[in-house]
Amino acid sequence: MRYLPHTDADVARMLQAIGLPSIDALFGEMIPARLALGRKLDLPPALDEATLAAHLAELAGKNVAVRPTVPGSGPLAFLGAGHHPHYVPAAVDMLLRRAEFYTSYTPYQPEIAQGTLQAIFEFQSIVCELTGLDVANASMYDGASACAEAVLMARRITGRTRTLVTGGLHPEYLETCRTYLAALPGSIEVVPTTSAGATDVARLEAQLNAGDGDDVACLVVQTPSFHGVVEDLARLAACARARGALVIAVTTDPLTWAVAEAPGRAGADIAVAEAIGLALGASFGGPALGLFAAKAEYLRQMPGRLCGETVDKDGRRGYVLTLSTREQHIRRDKATSNICTNTGLVSLAFTINMSLLGRRGFGELARLIYAKTRYLRAQSERLAARGYALAYPTAPHFSELALRVPGGDAALIATRAAERGVIPGVPLGRFDNAQRDLLLVSVCENHRREDLDRLVAVLEEVA
Amino acid sequence: MSSVNELPPRHLLHHEPPIFELGSPGRSGASLPSLDVPAADPRDDWGSLARAEAPGLPELSEVDVTRHFTRLSRWNYAIDIGMYPLGSCTMKYNPKINEAAARIPGFAGLHVYQPESTLQGALELMWQLERMLCEIVGFPRATLQPAAGAHGELAGLMMIRAAHADRGRHPTKILIPDSAHGTNPASCTLNGFDAVTLPTGADGVLDVDAVRAALSSDTAGIMITNPSTLGVFEENIADIAELVHSVGGFVYMDGANLNALLGKFRPGDAGVDVMHINLHKTFTTPHGGGGPGAGPVAVAAALEPFLPRPTVEKRGDRFTLEYDRPKSVGRLRSFFGNWGMFVRAYTYIRELGGEGLTRATELAVLNANYLRARLEHEYPVACTRRSMHEVVFSDKRLKKETGVQTLDIAKRLIDHGYHPPTVYFPLIVPGALMIEPTETESPETLDQFADALLAIAEEARRDPERVKSAPHSTGLRRLDETRAARKPRLRWRPAGTE
Amino acid sequence: MSQDHPANLLYTREHEWARIEGNTATIGITHFAVEQLGDVTQVDLPREGETIRKEDVFGSVESVKAVSDLYAPLSGKVVKVNNPLNDTPQYLNDEPYDDGWLIQIELSNPAETASLMTAAQYAEFLRDQDAH
Repeated sequence: MRYLPHTDADVARMLQAIGLPSIDALFGEMIPARLALGRKLDLPPALDEATLAAHLAELAGKNVAVRPTVPGSGPLAFLGAGHHPHYVPAAVDMLLRRAEFYTSYTPYQPEIAQGTLQAIFEFQSIVCELTGLDVANASMYDGASACAEAVLMARRITGRTRTLVTGGLHPEYLETCRTYLAALPGSIEVVPTTSAGATDVARLEAQLNAGDGDDVACLVVQTPSFHGVVEDLARLAACARARGALVIAVTTDPLTWAVAEAPGRAGADIAVAEAIGLALGASFGGPALGLFAAKAEYLRQMPGRLCGETVDKDGRRGYVLTLSTREQHIRRDKATSNICTNTGLVSLAFTINMSLLGRRGFGELARLIYAKTRYLRAQSERLAARGYALAYPTAPHFSELALRVPGGDAALIATRAAERGVIPGVPLGRFDNAQRDLLLVSVCENHRREDLDRLVAVLEEVA
Repeated sequence: MSSVNELPPRHLLHHEPPIFELGSPGRSGASLPSLDVPAADPRDDWGSLARAEAPGLPELSEVDVTRHFTRLSRWNYAIDIGMYPLGSCTMKYNPKINEAAARIPGFAGLHVYQPESTLQGALELMWQLERMLCEIVGFPRATLQPAAGAHGELAGLMMIRAAHADRGRHPTKILIPDSAHGTNPASCTLNGFDAVTLPTGADGVLDVDAVRAALSSDTAGIMITNPSTLGVFEENIADIAELVHSVGGFVYMDGANLNALLGKFRPGDAGVDVMHINLHKTFTTPHGGGGPGAGPVAVAAALEPFLPRPTVEKRGDRFTLEYDRPKSVGRLRSFFGNWGMFVRAYTYIRELGGEGLTRATELAVLNANYLRARLEHEYPVACTRRSMHEVVFSDKRLKKETGVQTLDIAKRLIDHGYHPPTVYFPLIVPGALMIEPTETESPETLDQFADALLAIAEEARRDPERVKSAPHSTGLRRLDETRAARKPRLRWRPAGTE
Repeated sequence: MSQDHPANLLYTREHEWARIEGNTATIGITHFAVEQLGDVTQVDLPREGETIRKEDVFGSVESVKAVSDLYAPLSGKVVKVNNPLNDTPQYLNDEPYDDGWLIQIELSNPAETASLMTAAQYAEFLRDQDAH
């Protein structure tokens, strides 16, 4: 067993030093016989590396990788719906493979963890730049749990218990919030969307004014919405703030922040995002990367780890984990959260990729995707002849379009298209049966013009 | 004898400024596809919804970025550099084939909303991993969804709450030993439970009578870490489980220390109802400088209906995601969990098999006890009982004799080439040094490490100031944490803009 | 030891002190408490106008690695708060009996002062604690 260095002679010498005759005697002193597992574990037999590699390749071969998520193979896919893989350059993974990063622990000993700490500091700084907010933490598990933590934070700050969320919040985020808040008093209420695709401001005003006065802790706004519509965050935020509610902005692709106004400047108090797509690409959705930023005044109520700049004994610049009295290992049951992780390696991948993209590349990438989405949108006129319709023809979109399909069954259309080598999008009936006629089509930078044309052609064929 | 690393560091390390201070305006490390459709810009279409000013990201070439992060990496300690004896953290070797496995395109390139027929390999791996973890801990079902141990605790307590509610009960109290991880009481608060602290018995294990005295009809359950954070086996666990069950409560086991139990003891056989498993500890997924982890939760039959959804089911020879679970607590995150960690843990379990895992536990416990035998004459042990996979020493003797304390010992170990142990935890042991060597360290490494700790004790008597001012060999000396907390600087800003 | 716990103050077992002047009391934490805490990084105090009750938690003091609750030595209404501590928490470390005071209250039950310790009693209390 190549990870276990002990020879028989080693074991004998060590047992002698301990003063015991055998390993069984060692365990016999600790686990009473009536509790000991008196048999071998029933697991598949051990494998050598070559056999194991072959087994893993066989298992991976039972999956079908899709294009352009995995370059050059498989069916052509237009999948997004909250999971937005972008192409991540080779340099990112080559740097992640440095053992000094991936085999290190949480940087509790700053003198020998400056690499991780400085990377976290740079990550926090980048998230502040993107969101236009003052402080960002060292990351959360994912966008959905970050969203739930943001709601908990808003409840602590305001002392209120009603939560409003826009109808465009990702259904898995809504369910996560409901799960997190299930044991606590209060409610989560969905603000409906108008037929044009954006949040209904009149209904929002009514819901803010319902209840007994100013009792809404926060308004959660996802923009672009789950259906791809860019919301007027500033207007929604103004309504909420007028009633003393905090505003939480959510996005499932931080690339949005290259082109849509930064949440901090549009009036959000807290911004959260799912950033896996700009860090690892696809990775079947995990490990994910939750971004979390807030206004400085709420710093003490933030969940998660924070890294701060300081100096060493000789006055040289360095970094430490700081303000940890908010956290579970010190404040225990009064902590701001039970979280004990930052998604360190994924946040490092994000930091490296954002550094490579840089100020110019980040904006160019977003505009590239926007241009391709607009091109596809223009083609939808052709599709209208076959009974397709944009669900929200007048709304601003960034990278996703909800398409109403002929016949009312988007899953059927998707299955027929798949037979022709195209996975045309996510049929939304999987989340809500009332939306079974909608197909959510997602565009990324690596869809070529001919890919978009092919999508349109196949949709025409299968209508 | 252990030799202290007194080499000046500067020939190895570059003082590397924040990335925002590097590069030049207009420079870029991006490689983007060319535009093959008509150009478009949201600023022309969106009016006030468009972003007015581009975010201030770094501007560097790929060469500069690569050097920057490579240089930063060299400021880190890591398992691949040396022993990392952090108690309760199980810093064992991270096998390289795990990393290769997670990067196979058929694993790494999957989109979450692909049709199920294109995800059969992934679902099969998850299904198999669940079965294997269940066999290891003795439960019928598990969820892989939680992203970390603390997330698993949250899931477990939610299931306990839901199970009570399903029976029309709403008890409010969870018993937690005083030696527990801070995540335990914090997870209770999130679930609306009150944490009731149980004192650890004089011999370091939970006392059945103390549990009995604390129980009432308002007891929702108990959270037990086994082995405890003192590194000792909770031998009364089955009796305690029976007692807790007798008032209708559930038993949660914090599985942080599972590495001491593989093939030896299965919590599910002893009356535990629910536990989390840290894949990043026992099952060798890398810690990544603080995450990501993965915290699957295994449950007894009574809690199975309440598992988070979706679950992975096998129907005939087809694997499928099951969302229709009416009693489920719901989901705790988006998607299906930290998939990349599942691939690594699965790979590890398949490589070792049952006997290999059992051997790993045996050697982890042997290593800890060997270190104890080598050190306890100088560093008193907090608990007289036999240690499992970790030992909690204290600075009691050295502090009294020399004024040198745990923090100083920890920092001086760095000069000997080791990462310090977990310090000042568990809270019930003053000046705790919690050491977990894991099974992947050879006896020679253990001897060198023990020699280093003994050399520090000797040095503390001869030259205490030298120990108190450690580390001496690192790129930076001790950092001013008070300054960081009093005037927080949490992001980079250009000079003169604060 | 006199500067460690001045004779003109009253003390609690939770290491708070009170300086009684007429119907008001100035409240702080003792030199001993500050030593135990280490460098103070953050102080959370009630607002002016709030009422506090003897033995209830009225705020907290943080160092880098610990949080300690503050227990009210006496009951009353908060009439003044040492706001400079927000920006300069090190006053607590430097001058716990002077610039490091926490709050001033208007006593609602002056008889409660009888339950507090004198400086000599507090010194003895600390000696007993140390013996354990």
